Amino acid sequence: MGVASITTKRIKKHFGRVQALAGVDLTIEKGTVLGLLGPNGAGKTTLIRILTTLMQPDEGGAQIEGYDVVEKADAVREIIGLAGQYAAVDENLTGRENLIMVGRLYHLSRAEAAARATELLIQFDLEAAADRVLKTYSGGMRRRLDLAASLVNRPPVLFLDEPTTGLDPQSRLALWKIIRELVDDGTTVLLTTQYLEEADALAHRIVVIDHGQVIASGTPAELKSTLVDILELHLMDIGQINKATAALRAAGADGLQTDLAEQRITISLTAPGMLQKVIRSLDVAGIELADLTVRHPTLDEVFLKLTGHTAQS
Amino acid sequence: MSDMLVLVERNLLKYVRLPQLLIFSTIQPVMFLLLFTYVFGGAIKGGSSSYINFLLPGILVQTAVFGAIQTGVGLAEDLSKGLIDRFRSLPMARSAVLAGRTVADMLRNIFVVVLMFGVGYLIGFRLVGSISDAISAFAILLLFGFAFSWISATIGLAVKNVETAQVAGFVWVFPLVFASSIFVPVETMPTWLQHFAQNSPVTITVNAVRALTLNSASAVDTARLALESFAWIALILAIFMPLAVLLYRRS
Repeated sequence: MGVASITTKRIKKHFGRVQALAGVDLTIEKGTVLGLLGPNGAGKTTLIRILTTLMQPDEGGAQIEGYDVVEKADAVREIIGLAGQYAAVDENLTGRENLIMVGRLYHLSRAEAAARATELLIQFDLEAAADRVLKTYSGGMRRRLDLAASLVNRPPVLFLDEPTTGLDPQSRLALWKIIRELVDDGTTVLLTTQYLEEADALAHRIVVIDHGQVIASGTPAELKSTLVDILELHLMDIGQINKATAALRAAGADGLQTDLAEQRITISLTAPGMLQKVIRSLDVAGIELADLTVRHPTLDEVFLKLTGHTAQS
Repeated sequence: MSDMLVLVERNLLKYVRLPQLLIFSTIQPVMFLLLFTYVFGGAIKGGSSSYINFLLPGILVQTAVFGAIQTGVGLAEDLSKGLIDRFRSLPMARSAVLAGRTVADMLRNIFVVVLMFGVGYLIGFRLVGSISDAISAFAILLLFGFAFSWISATIGLAVKNVETAQVAGFVWVFPLVFASSIFVPVETMPTWLQHFAQNSPVTITVNAVRALTLNSASAVDTARLALESFAWIALILAIFMPLAVLLYRRS
C-alpha cells in the first residue's frame, strides 16, 4: 500500500430524513484512480461535494494530501480540480476566455492565465474552437473544456463526477484517454460513474456504494470475478440445435439455456478455459456458428447480485 | 478584490456577446418612458410636456429597480448550470461571485440611466437643479439599484431556478413600483394605500431624485429626502448582503 492521497473517516450526511451518507470510509493511494460506483441517489455526488469543500459533513471527516476538508478548506481548494456532471462553463464566453477566467481566479497574472489556457486548449484538442463562443460547442467539446478548466492549476487530486454521462462513445473514449494520461503523470483521481465499463476501463480500485454505505470494494478484476461472463451462440442452422447442446453438455458447459425463438444458446462461463473448450467441441461436432458474443455482466447484474435491487430502482 | 473584477468582466462580456440582451433591456424602460409620457401625460398632469418632468425621475428609479431583477436571474442561471459550484471549489474570495454580479449590474445601470436621461431630454425634460445635485441624484439611483440587486440576489439564490427567479422578481417589484410616487402623486391614492406608498423606499427615493433634479423642494427638505433614501439603501444592504452571502455558502 502506497501513500494515501485521500482518506475519509466515517463520513455521515443527511438531508432532512434522508441519510445520504451513512459512515463512509475510503482510502485512495497517490497516483491511482478510485472508481466510485453506485446507482442514482447512492450518495456519490454528496461525497464528492464534501471532499471538494462545497458541503460540510454532519459527522466524520476527510483529509486530502494531509489537509482537512473542513478546517483547511482553502488549502484543499488550491490542490483539487473538480469536473462536474454537467459542464460547468460559461456559455457566453469563448473556450479560451473560460480558461483564462479560471486561471485568473487561481490568481495567475493575465499573461500566465493566457499561456496556460493555450497549453490546455492544445492538450484537449480544442485549438480550432478556442475563440468560438461555447454555444457552438458539442457536448463532448464542452465536457473536454470543463475538464480542462479543472486542470488549470495542475491539481495533484482530481474529482470527476460522472464525467462521461450522456456522451457519445467516441467522446467518451477521447475523455478516457485524457484521464489515463493525467494518471500516468501522477494525478490521483476519484471518479464516480454509473457505468461498470467506465470504472473497469479507468479505475485501479472500485468501491460500490448504495444507500450511503460501502457495500463492496476491490480491484475491477476482483469485483467481476464474483460474477461470470455470459457466452451467447447463434447457430448457422437451427436444425443443428440438439446436436449442439449435446456437444456442449459433453464439454461440461454450465447454465446451458436454449431460446428457439431467438435461435440462441447461452452458457455461463464459470471455469477458466471454458470458452476455448466449448468452441472446440462445437468445431469437432461440425456445427457452424453464425455469431458468437461474450457478454460482461451489466451494472444491473452487478447490483442485483450485491444489493438485491437494480441500479435504476 | 481582483477576484471580483475578473467576475465583473465576465458578467459584462455577456452583454457584448448578447447585444440583443442589452438592446431589449434598454428598449423596455425607454418604451415605458414614451408610453407613459404620451398616453397618460394628458390625463395625469394636464399635458405630456409638463408630465415628462414629473415622470422622468420616477422612471429612472423604476429602471434601477427593474434592472435589479436581472441580478437574481443571472445568479439562478449560474447556479443551475453548475458554475457556482466551480467558483466555490476555487481558492477565491467567498464574496467575489455576489459582488462581481451586483457591481456588473450597477455598471450596466450607469449606461441605461444615462441613455434614459438623454431620451428624456429629447422629449422635453429639463434639469432645473444644479449639476452637483444632479450628480447626487445619479449616485442615489445607482446605489438604490445596487441595494435592490442584493434583495434580488437573495431571491435568486433561494429559488435556484431561472424562471422562478424571473417571476418571483416581478411579484415583489411591481407593487413597490406602482404603489409609489413614480407615475402619479401619492395623494391621489386611497388612504390605506397612501400609508404604504408614502413610506415606501421607492417613493422616498423618487422624491429625493425629483427634488435634486427639479429643484422642487426646499434645500432642507431635499437634504432630508436624500438622507432618508441613503438610510433605506444602508438598511437594505445591511439585511440582504449577509443574507445573500449566507445562502451562497449553503447553495
